[in-house]
Amino acid sequence: MAFLFELWRFLKVRKKFWLLPVFVMLGLFGGLMVLAHGSAIAPFIYTLF
Amino acid sequence: MFVLGISAFYHDSAAALVRDGIVVAAAQEERFTRVKHDPGFPENAIAYCLAEAEVALDAVDLVVFYDKPFLKFERLLETYIAFAPRGFASFRHAMPLWLREKLFLKDFLCKRLTDAFGAFDWKSKLLFSEHHLSHAASAFYPSPFDEAAVLTMDGVGEWCTTSAAVGCGADLKIEKEIHFPHSLGLLYSAFTYYLGFKVNSGEYKVMGLAPYGRPKYADVILDNLIDLKADGSFRLNLQYFEYCTGLTMTGRKFDALFGGPPRRPGEPLDQRHMDLAASIQVVTEEAVLRLTRALAKDTGLSNLCLAGGVALNCVANGRVRRDGAFKSLWIQPAAGDAGGALGAAFAGYHLYSGQARPPRTGSDDMAGAYLGPEFSQDEIERRLAAAGAVFQVLSVEETVKETARSLSQGMAVGWFQGRMEFGPRALGARSILADPRPRDTQRKLNLKVKYRESFRPFAPSILAERAEEWFESGAASPYMLVVDWLRGDRRHSPGPESDGLKGIELLNCTRSDIPAVTHLDYSARLHTVQGEVNPLFHALLSEFERLTGCPTLVNTSFNIRGEPIVCTPEDAFRCLMGTELDLLVIGNCYVLKTEQTVAPNTDYRNSFELD
Repeated sequence: MAFLFELWRFLKVRKKFWLLPVFVMLGLFGGLMVLAHGSAIAPFIYTLF
Repeated sequence: MFVLGISAFYHDSAAALVRDGIVVAAAQEERFTRVKHDPGFPENAIAYCLAEAEVALDAVDLVVFYDKPFLKFERLLETYIAFAPRGFASFRHAMPLWLREKLFLKDFLCKRLTDAFGAFDWKSKLLFSEHHLSHAASAFYPSPFDEAAVLTMDGVGEWCTTSAAVGCGADLKIEKEIHFPHSLGLLYSAFTYYLGFKVNSGEYKVMGLAPYGRPKYADVILDNLIDLKADGSFRLNLQYFEYCTGLTMTGRKFDALFGGPPRRPGEPLDQRHMDLAASIQVVTEEAVLRLTRALAKDTGLSNLCLAGGVALNCVANGRVRRDGAFKSLWIQPAAGDAGGALGAAFAGYHLYSGQARPPRTGSDDMAGAYLGPEFSQDEIERRLAAAGAVFQVLSVEETVKETARSLSQGMAVGWFQGRMEFGPRALGARSILADPRPRDTQRKLNLKVKYRESFRPFAPSILAERAEEWFESGAASPYMLVVDWLRGDRRHSPGPESDGLKGIELLNCTRSDIPAVTHLDYSARLHTVQGEVNPLFHALLSEFERLTGCPTLVNTSFNIRGEPIVCTPEDAFRCLMGTELDLLVIGNCYVLKTEQTVAPNTDYRNSFELD
């Protein structure tokens, strides 16, 4: 949570709100990519795609 | 007030501790882990800094990391978006690391610090300084100047690749920046890659190779790769570079421009490679000179401080000094990313906490860069005995006399004294020393002791008070970061033996009174030794001069190719037994190779990855 708050403050200070969707997409896809490395989430990825 | 600075997770991790504005300790992690350019969390370096200051963990008021991860991530994302869909391969490599660790650096640092040093409220004390502000702070705050212009140049930090700042008292303000992808450091690294050396480590080999060539390609570089503006700024032509999107520095267009593919590591170096090295060196010098001249004009100041990886280019530094746009020049001895730890600590102390900076007294605050671990005589004897070394214990006077005598007889000596240096240069605390007068010293040291390329030059250490008698400027160079040129009366005109020779072959000719430390262009990366900064090394040089009439010694770092500089007596003894070093002098212990009963380590050179 603290991370998200800091990220929001960063975007605000830098006036880079256009990066927000990029962060969200990265959070979704990147998170899955990272966690998929030999983890229990792998079956869900196969289900999803 | 204690401030701990940390640099990590890129290359050359380090820690530095500042107490009330004075550096107490600073060290690179590679020296402890024995992994060259170790990028990992600098747990050992932090532990050493705290132990040196004899402080408990809760006595540290601030911990400052040397760059800002969010800002760096912003640069990565914007670059990938700007070049999409090119760059996907690089994106795929970079993202997992960022999404797993680097983006959550605050939590990661807190966890590592807590794991290593116990539960503590790190979150309220952890700060992040900008990369180039850290460099600028490392250059200005310990400098001998009350007021100075500060120029930082490196590959890239967050966005910034070059910055111009002005420091006055405790204040330091960045005035101008040049942003990624336009970078002098990355331009130099592109040629480092193209010439078959490792990026972020082989740049000094390019600099060493340059005098063997002619700058035949300088105009090609200036016409196609870099646009140098009159105000000192520059733009790179990105068509020729791959670093924004690819996993290499240069691509096919670059290859076509310079007539062939990159040299593979280990392939022979030919004249074209040397000409390319000479060309990029000349262009870099020109770019740095334009920057410093513009900065002198803009600020009207007479003092200049330098930091950032490009500031380790001592040939360019020598030209800046000779150019005279600034009256005085001071360069942070740990100008690379390791020094960012020191700068981050200073930034936390002066800029964040608003602490005053005491007026300067004429000398700098780096204590000769001797900021690392040292070992007492008792501890050295105990450790050497445990390692199975056979040694004599001498008095201090005998140590100096016997070492000087051995050097004058042609021995290669490992010299291990006092606190270890902070930064990439050995300055007489962890050095390999030799007599610079014999013609074959350079070849012998390169091939039999350091196991490195035979073209690599060696640097001289000289008594500061004798420098003018041997070198053109003779100006102080306490950190071996500025080249000087050998005086004409010390040079030898090339004899008939040089006829028809070129490039590296010319090394076989005697070019001066001290050929082992004279490069082909009569330049030398000078280290001037002052008695008040390093009395023991000064005494050794004085004794060597008394014996030989020569106040100079070859001084190269105490390591072999690919190995971090030795840190402990055990490291030094291992190096003695794994190379053709003749003698090791640690504290007052005199360790002759011929007297050792331990079997030599014949596989030593293979235990380190080539740099």
